Amino acid sequence: MIDFIDRQLIELLQDGLATVSRPYALIGQQLNLSEDEVIVRLSRLKELGLIKRLGVIVNHRKLGYCANAMVVFDVPDTLVEQIAGHVSQFSFVNLCYLRPRRGEQWPYNLYCMIHGKNREKVLQQLDHLISSCGLSSVNHEVLFSRKCFKQRGAIYKADSEPGKV
Amino acid sequence: MLTAMHKQLLNDYQQDFPLSPTPYQDIASSLGVTEEDVLLAFNELADEHFISRIGSIIVPNHIGVSTLVAMAVPVEQLQSIADIVSRYPEVNHNYERENRFNLWFVMIAKDDEYLQSVIETIETESGFNAMQLPLLADYFINLGFEMDFDD
Repeated sequence: MIDFIDRQLIELLQDGLATVSRPYALIGQQLNLSEDEVIVRLSRLKELGLIKRLGVIVNHRKLGYCANAMVVFDVPDTLVEQIAGHVSQFSFVNLCYLRPRRGEQWPYNLYCMIHGKNREKVLQQLDHLISSCGLSSVNHEVLFSRKCFKQRGAIYKADSEPGKV
Repeated sequence: MLTAMHKQLLNDYQQDFPLSPTPYQDIASSLGVTEEDVLLAFNELADEHFISRIGSIIVPNHIGVSTLVAMAVPVEQLQSIADIVSRYPEVNHNYERENRFNLWFVMIAKDDEYLQSVIETIETESGFNAMQLPLLADYFINLGFEMDFDD
């Protein structure tokens, strides 16, 4: 579905698009591709859904969105798709994932992320979410983020060519 | 200070950045400014760290494998264990959350076998169990969001 050149292209894009007049041509130069081929390949990767979005990646904290809560719910398996569909409708929900439960120590399967300007706002939004989605009887925990030790764009290394480290 | 153009660039180009030979010129045309204005504004936003980059968000587990990992670490050891974890190039986000599971990180590797070997190494080096929480389904991935500049 995707080839080595696509992987290299994605890897280069992790560093960000240059602020020059012809940024895709610049990427092409590094991979021996024409500008046109870079654009065609990126369009295809977007169409395939492998690139979920291409654009400005904002720094939430700097923009004043300092409160970030990961909310985890223990939702019955039979209802999870329906509830996830409902949860995803809210504009303040940035992510909604299904992950495996890990026994009694971690019985949660549905994750959603809420970014907000402060804790109170996030908790208000969560209350709204819980009541609108009928989740008041569902066990949940709210995990606000505190210190960030490391953060970078996801780096997908293309396999190195022979002789290249 | 953010100008009206800065705000437009922040809000309107998170999803569909133009895939054309001259994306900045296209943006300039739709905003009624020059390409130079747009390039300058993006450079300012990057210099001031309002944006981390213009780039792509990739769907997890299609290109390589990834997992979210959680650890429960005594508070007084958190920084030192976090430092150990952060040193691994396979770890790309690593942060503290308020919970008994207080260290959360995302790992990416080219295949599952390699991922598991790195996780084992991290467990050995840190002395703590790594609870793996890989993605089973993504109902909604949208890291772009509409900003509210008014309050």
